Amino acid sequence: MKKSIKLLLILIVSFGFLNAQAQEELLGLIEDSEEKTEQIESTFNGTRIINGHSVETRGAGTLDVIFMHRFGRLNSGSYNLWGLDDAWIRLGAEYALSDDFTVGVGRSSFEKTYDGFLKYKFLHQTKGNKNFPFTSTALATMAINTLKPTDPDQEIQFSSRVSYTYQILIARKFNRSLSLQIAPTLVHHNIVDTPMENNDIFSVGFSGRHKVSKRMAVTFEYYYQVNNNTEKNNYNPLGLGLEIETGGHVFQLVFANSQAMTDTSFITESSGDFFDGDIHFGFNISRVFQLKKNQPTKKW
Amino acid sequence: MKFVCAIYVFITLFAPSILLAQKYISNSSYIRFYSEAPVENIEATNDAGKSAFNLSTGEVVFSIPIKSFTFEKSLMQEHFNENYLESDKYPNAKFVGKIHGFESTLDTWQEAKAEGKMTIHGIEQDVTYEGRIKIDQNSMEMEAIFPIQLEDYKIKIPKVVFYNIAEIVEVTVKFTYEKIN
Repeated sequence: MKKSIKLLLILIVSFGFLNAQAQEELLGLIEDSEEKTEQIESTFNGTRIINGHSVETRGAGTLDVIFMHRFGRLNSGSYNLWGLDDAWIRLGAEYALSDDFTVGVGRSSFEKTYDGFLKYKFLHQTKGNKNFPFTSTALATMAINTLKPTDPDQEIQFSSRVSYTYQILIARKFNRSLSLQIAPTLVHHNIVDTPMENNDIFSVGFSGRHKVSKRMAVTFEYYYQVNNNTEKNNYNPLGLGLEIETGGHVFQLVFANSQAMTDTSFITESSGDFFDGDIHFGFNISRVFQLKKNQPTKKW
Repeated sequence: MKFVCAIYVFITLFAPSILLAQKYISNSSYIRFYSEAPVENIEATNDAGKSAFNLSTGEVVFSIPIKSFTFEKSLMQEHFNENYLESDKYPNAKFVGKIHGFESTLDTWQEAKAEGKMTIHGIEQDVTYEGRIKIDQNSMEMEAIFPIQLEDYKIKIPKVVFYNIAEIVEVTVKFTYEKIN
């Protein structure tokens, strides 16, 4: 009697073992023996952090329409409704020719500036079989100031209205919530107001995003100017933001010491002292349209 | 008695390799999910799924890499991975179970039932789905269409989104297999 119970137990245990082993073996047949290399996506939600670019480019065939708005200064008092009476806007559109290459244009009411840019993501942060620690994007922008001269008889050459920005954006997504970016930057103004001023201004941008929930994040952005034109009333741009992502839109509420929204202006011509309350409240709204749809996998 | 035991141990250890001759492995796959909503229908397809089937026991497993789903809209695909399925944490959807209710000698399409555990978004659920199966000497086909309730797998749809996502999405799974030796 005892023996048969023992046998039964052995039967049950070994049969269970056999069963599990068979399923394990089936799973083993379909599991990849080699680890794949995966690109890290969504380092930032938007192609902008506050005013400056992030390493992000949109997927091929995507049109991103960005509306940026800055009010006046918070410390301008109740008469000016703490800045709400003034407004600067930038309307922009950028189109992703490929997953890594984007072209964009914009028009900003600040100094009636037109801008255009080329943006190319040339390195991808990856994990898995091949680990690469960061994503890197090259950015070249051009801005054309179209303000009429104060003296109507004065003629301004077109070349004098043009300025450029060159950036290498380097960012790492450390985990699901934290991404940091560093951006060596060169701004070149074809013409400056006085011979004392530099035409070329070098700066380094520091920015980051910390997600507080799946769809909300806090952001910051700071550019340190290495050789800024101190003769001018000029501060290093500093901004803080709150980002809300709702599917096709990204809303960014920002507080920054610059009213300008084009790269050449905000990096070298931010006139507000953030810690003295010269803060411009504003927002960026990005709406994405997929113009060229991705091809689905073929049916069979 | 010892003899019986010895035979049993022998079977237990070597049965899997004996049964190997009855195994099929997928050579092509098509996975689609479809969500119908008033504003916008959402569809994504994937051909990177893998499956294996043991004809003698009816055991079936499949694994689908979440990152390989292709959407018409790139940003939607990014959000699907980043916010909904969290594919960096849960890279694959898996099914481990058994197919029963079919005749292994019949070589035409026939109804069958799959019963087992589905794992999506790191959540395991006991499921039973109806589908069709076709067994040939050296190849096999399988297909099923079934609903998935997003809530069951803790896939949360935020209230303020501009994509209107249905609570239940329809999933189509098709595999073709070849026999392995």
